[in-house]
Amino acid sequence: MAAATLRPGAVRSLSCPSCGAAVVLRGLAWTQTVACASCSAVLDARDPNLAVLQRAASRMRVEPLIPLGARGDWRGAPYEVIGFQQRTIRTPDGAWSWREYLLFNPYRGFRYLTEYDGHWTDVVPLQALPEVGGGAHAAAAYEGRAYKHFQTARAETTFVLGEFPWEVRVGDVAEARDYVAPPHGLSAESTDDETTWSKATYVDAAEIWRAFKVEGRPPSPQGVYSTQPNPLAARARARWAAFAVLAALLMLTLFGRAVLSANREVFSRQYVYRGTTVPDAPAAPGAAFVTPTFELPGGPSNVVVETEASVDNQWLFVEYALIDEATGQAYDFGREVSYYSGRDSDGNWTEGSKRDRARIGAVPGGRWFLRVEPSGDAAGRSIAYTVRVRRDVPTLAYYLLALVALAVPPVVGTLRSASFETRRWAESDHAPSSDDDGGDDDE
Amino acid sequence: MTAGLPGRVTGRQATCPNCGAPILFIWSGAVQTTCAYCQSVLVRHDLDLERVGAVGDVPPDSSPVQRGATGRWRNRGFTVVGRIMYEYARGGWNEWHLRFDDGTGGWLSDAQLEWAVTTLVEPAPRLPFGVGLRRGQSFVIGDATYTVSTITRARYRGVEGELPFVYWDKAEVQFVDLRTPAARFATVDFSEDPPLVFAGEFVAFDDLQLTGLRAFEGWPPPR
Repeated sequence: MAAATLRPGAVRSLSCPSCGAAVVLRGLAWTQTVACASCSAVLDARDPNLAVLQRAASRMRVEPLIPLGARGDWRGAPYEVIGFQQRTIRTPDGAWSWREYLLFNPYRGFRYLTEYDGHWTDVVPLQALPEVGGGAHAAAAYEGRAYKHFQTARAETTFVLGEFPWEVRVGDVAEARDYVAPPHGLSAESTDDETTWSKATYVDAAEIWRAFKVEGRPPSPQGVYSTQPNPLAARARARWAAFAVLAALLMLTLFGRAVLSANREVFSRQYVYRGTTVPDAPAAPGAAFVTPTFELPGGPSNVVVETEASVDNQWLFVEYALIDEATGQAYDFGREVSYYSGRDSDGNWTEGSKRDRARIGAVPGGRWFLRVEPSGDAAGRSIAYTVRVRRDVPTLAYYLLALVALAVPPVVGTLRSASFETRRWAESDHAPSSDDDGGDDDE
Repeated sequence: MTAGLPGRVTGRQATCPNCGAPILFIWSGAVQTTCAYCQSVLVRHDLDLERVGAVGDVPPDSSPVQRGATGRWRNRGFTVVGRIMYEYARGGWNEWHLRFDDGTGGWLSDAQLEWAVTTLVEPAPRLPFGVGLRRGQSFVIGDATYTVSTITRARYRGVEGELPFVYWDKAEVQFVDLRTPAARFATVDFSEDPPLVFAGEFVAFDDLQLTGLRAFEGWPPPR
C-alpha cells in the first residue's frame, strides 16, 4: 500500500499484483486503468494496490510500433505515448484490426495516433457535435466540410497495454460510425452511456517516426485507407491544371497566329471553262495554261489554293501544279469542285460545294506560278471559276488535334484516380457492387 | 458544529476557526472557502467564518489549473478563485470558479483536459425537459440549438477555495450536457428547481491564455 506515491505530477512506479513486474504510471492522476506491460493484466490505477480488474485474456500479444513512454514534439507540444490498444471489427468476410496509441500532455490533454496496415492517422477528440442527416448511412457535416459515411461496425478491444484515463477491458465493445472526407475522417463511438466524436487526419508515418524518434523505418502502407488522400486525384488535378495552362497557351498561340499570320491573298483571277479551256482573259487557247507569276513572301510557310466555281449540277476538276519560277520545283495536286441539287420525295437536296481549298505546307518564298489544267462536264454551258492563292493561313485543325493530344494525360489520370476511389470504398459499407454512395445529406 | 476558535475576517485576511491558519480571500464576495491547511469548509457570515463540519476533501488530481491562476475568455480577464470537483460512475471533472474583471462569475470546466467556460443563464430558462429526456434531443437556449450529449448522475467529490454559495451537500444530482455543431456547450444542473442552466462554449487550451498554472515534474510549461 505504501508503494503508491501520489505526489502529483510525478511518474509513479508500482508493482503488478499479477506478475510482479514494474508498472510505470505516466498519466498523472488522470489514469484510471493500466495494463501491465509484462503480463497484460488490466489493473485499477486508482487503487493504491492496483487491484486486478482483468487477468490477461489470452496469450496473444501485440507489440506497439512506438514504445510506451516515447515522447515527441507533435502538433506544437510535447506528447508522451502512455497507452496502446488494438481494436477489431469482425465481419462475415473476416476480421480487421487497427491499433491506437494514446498520447498525453498534462496541459493539452489526450490525442491518439492510429495505425492500420501501415496507414496512420492523428486523432483528436471533438467537443463540437457534428451534424448527421437522417438514416443509417447519412453523411455528416463539420466545420463546413461534408463527410461521407464510410462504415458502421462493432469495434471490440482485443488487446491493451499501458494507461487510459477511462476504464478499459479487453472485450469492450463500442459501435463505431466512420465518415470520410480525405485526408480527414470523423468517428462517432457509442456505448450505452455516451457518444464521443473524434476527428482524424491522415499522416505520413515517417513524420511520426521522426517526431517520436522511433528506430528503423515505418512499415510501408498496404492498400488504400479510408482517409488516405488520393494521390492520383491530386496528380489528375495537377494534370488538368497543366492542361488548362497549355490549352490556354495553345489558344493564345492560335489567336496570335490568326492575328499575326499574313493570311495574304497573293493571286486571284477568274477564268471560264467552256468544254475546252478558254481563259477569259488574258486568254490562250488550249487545255492547260499557266497563271502570271506571283510573289510568295516570307520563309517556308503554307499556301492555300482556293477554287471557287459556278458549278450547278456539274463538276469541274482542276489539275494544278505550283511551280517555282527560279528552280522549277513543283507541287502537283488535283482538286474537284462539284455541286448538285434537286428535289425528290424527301424534298430538296444538295450535294457537294462550290468551293474547294487545297493546303500545301512549308512552301519556300520566291516567285511562283500555277499551271492549271481544268476539265469538266460543261456540256455546252460554261463554268466560271476563280483561282485564288493565299499565303500563310492559320490552321485550326492542327490546334484542335494538339488540344486532344494534350487532354490524354489528364483523362488517363482521372480514370486512374477513379480506380483508387473504387479501392478506397471497397472496404466500406458502400462497396461499389451494392450502391455507389450512402444517402444524400441535405443538412 | 461551529468550532471554538474565532474566525475573524479583516479585509481580505481571516483565520481558520478550526486550525488558526491564515485564510486569504482572492475574491471579496466569497460566501464559502476552504482552509488550505486543514481542508475545513468555512462559511462566511459578514465578519465571521463558520466551520460547517466538513472537509473540502479534494483528492489528488492533475488539473493544471489552480487557485490564483488567471486567463481570458471573450476579451475578459478572469482569476480562478475556487473549484468544485464532481465524480460520477466513469470518472470525474472539475468546475473551476472564475471571477471576471468586470465582477461577474463563471465556471471553467476541466473534463479530462477538455476545456469549457460557462456562465449561469439568468433568469433560468424553462426548458421542456420531460420524463423521457434522452440523448439526441434538441433544445433552444438563447440563440442556439443544443443537442443533449450526455445525461450523468454525479455528486460533488470535494471543494476548494472560494465559492459564491454554501455548497457541501453530497447528494447525487442529475446533470445534462448539451452541445452544438459550433462547439457551444451548456450544462443543466438539477440540484435546484427550476434547474440551473449554464451556457458557454468549449475553448482550446491556448485560447484561454492561462497563467499561474501548476508545474508538472518532467514537463515543460505550456508555450
